[in-house]
Amino acid sequence: MNASTITPELTLDWDLCTKILTGFIQSEVQRAGFHRVVVGVSGGLDSSLSVTLAAAALSPGNVWGVSMPYKASNPESLSHARLIAEWLGINFLQVDITPQIDAYFTALPDADHIRRGNKMARERMTVLYDHSAHLGALVLGTSNKTELLLGYGTLYGDMASALNPIGDLYKTQVRWLARHLKVPAEILEKTPSADLWVGQTDEEELGFTYEAVDRLLYYMVDRRYELPDLTELGFDAHFVEAVFHRVKSSQYKRRPPVIAKVSVRTIDRDFRYPRDWGL
Amino acid sequence: MEKFTLGIAQVCPALGDLDRNLALHDKILREAARQGVDLLLFPELSLTGYFLKDMVPSVALTPRDPRLNALKEMSREMAIVVGLVEESSDHRFFNAAAYLEDGKIRHLHRKFYLPTYGIFDERRYFAQGETVRAFDTRFGRMALTICEDLWHPAVPYIAALDGAELILCISASPGRGLLPEGTFANAAAWEHLNRTYARLFTCVLCYCNRVGYEDGACFWGGSEVIGPTGDVLLKAPQLEEQLLHVAVDRREVRRERIANPLLRDERLDLTVRELQRITRELQRILRLRAEGTP
Repeated sequence: MNASTITPELTLDWDLCTKILTGFIQSEVQRAGFHRVVVGVSGGLDSSLSVTLAAAALSPGNVWGVSMPYKASNPESLSHARLIAEWLGINFLQVDITPQIDAYFTALPDADHIRRGNKMARERMTVLYDHSAHLGALVLGTSNKTELLLGYGTLYGDMASALNPIGDLYKTQVRWLARHLKVPAEILEKTPSADLWVGQTDEEELGFTYEAVDRLLYYMVDRRYELPDLTELGFDAHFVEAVFHRVKSSQYKRRPPVIAKVSVRTIDRDFRYPRDWGL
Repeated sequence: MEKFTLGIAQVCPALGDLDRNLALHDKILREAARQGVDLLLFPELSLTGYFLKDMVPSVALTPRDPRLNALKEMSREMAIVVGLVEESSDHRFFNAAAYLEDGKIRHLHRKFYLPTYGIFDERRYFAQGETVRAFDTRFGRMALTICEDLWHPAVPYIAALDGAELILCISASPGRGLLPEGTFANAAAWEHLNRTYARLFTCVLCYCNRVGYEDGACFWGGSEVIGPTGDVLLKAPQLEEQLLHVAVDRREVRRERIANPLLRDERLDLTVRELQRITRELQRILRLRAEGTP
């Protein structure tokens, strides 16, 4: 991903964007009766941006960054997580998830890296929600719009949160906003990776660059271009088809579980209240 | 009143909490009274919040509801526009705006165009209003509209031809499409509409939007008052709660209508005739379709 350019279509007013996202965090946290948040910090860009916005919104003392390494995690992830926490002056916790992961897979030695990666993501979720109750802090999400649309995340794992300030920003926009907020260069410039196994990188696993897919998703989702219109814009037909397939096939990850309807009023279908109901 | 002070309460109502919102109105009204405001506007659904969904019936009020008495009482001192869910006697629910003056509701507008696309879902929860009427007040003849109403030019057109010199619009506009230019795409569009209508209908246009967040949507504020020449008389900041006021001189409308007699030259007969023709033709097409003629 080229860090120095941005597709013109994805350019925003970064000051106003910051104001809106910090205002959102304040409003959503306070109306729920909280004043703290807890965030899983991986040392990557998304969680670094989320935690930076939270520190600006709530003051650093009300933000807990939790680093949750596994023994095979890249040591750079932990050092960058520590770096962003120190840079912001937020509270920092480290919880090693190796014992529980290894305990689980001892009985399942043949489990592949996908199962292991998902298990780690869900283990981290339980650590965050445990600290949520312990600290009286809401879990702040770190999923961006690109990965939410592509389903590039673990359901009930890293996708779980109480509120997500960056879920309407594509990865390219996350990088630009982070740059605008002067997130340390080591974090800004490293290759995006979920770090669920050694050597994993997002773009290699996905098979395309964030820059390319963000521009495609912008036209496909935000601008509602039909598939033939997208190839007319110059996108490769196979690329368009593959991305569209990913978006469709991961729809279930973006919705609550489907409920069989038998009563006169079913939750979510005709029992419709805002999520902010009663707050 | 030839000259009066027009106030805008760019507030953040609590979602689904009538009591808290009534208290908020009371507080703002007292402050506005101290500032000498003659007419104060609150935003769309100011008594209830906007994304109500299934809460709509729970926060609905009839015009005679005693919970409106305090507002009616305060309107003896200052005219007030509030947004509410109005329940009719046959239990339909309207997204409504009430104009209160001299202790009573002098005019009630039921939102005519209910947006049901994109982020909006109003037709699912509300019944549609059926009239657009100008009405007389202490400050001259005016019309009251709600948000999406003004995205249909027939509404300000009817209001102006019905004699409105002042078009009020209360709004709950969530920002959509953040731009590099420091605003939302729909906010920029609103600013175009407001200036265009004020100029075309040589009237004062007052746009009162809300701020705050509901379900992650950010209401952008940016309320404004535009004079009959399209000039900005008052502009509220984006995103911030503000109580602002501006002096409005009705003679400006007169002056502009002398210099630019667009309304005098309006061909209402032509408009009506052509619209009737279009209606007849549409009806003919529908009739033929019903009869199975291709």
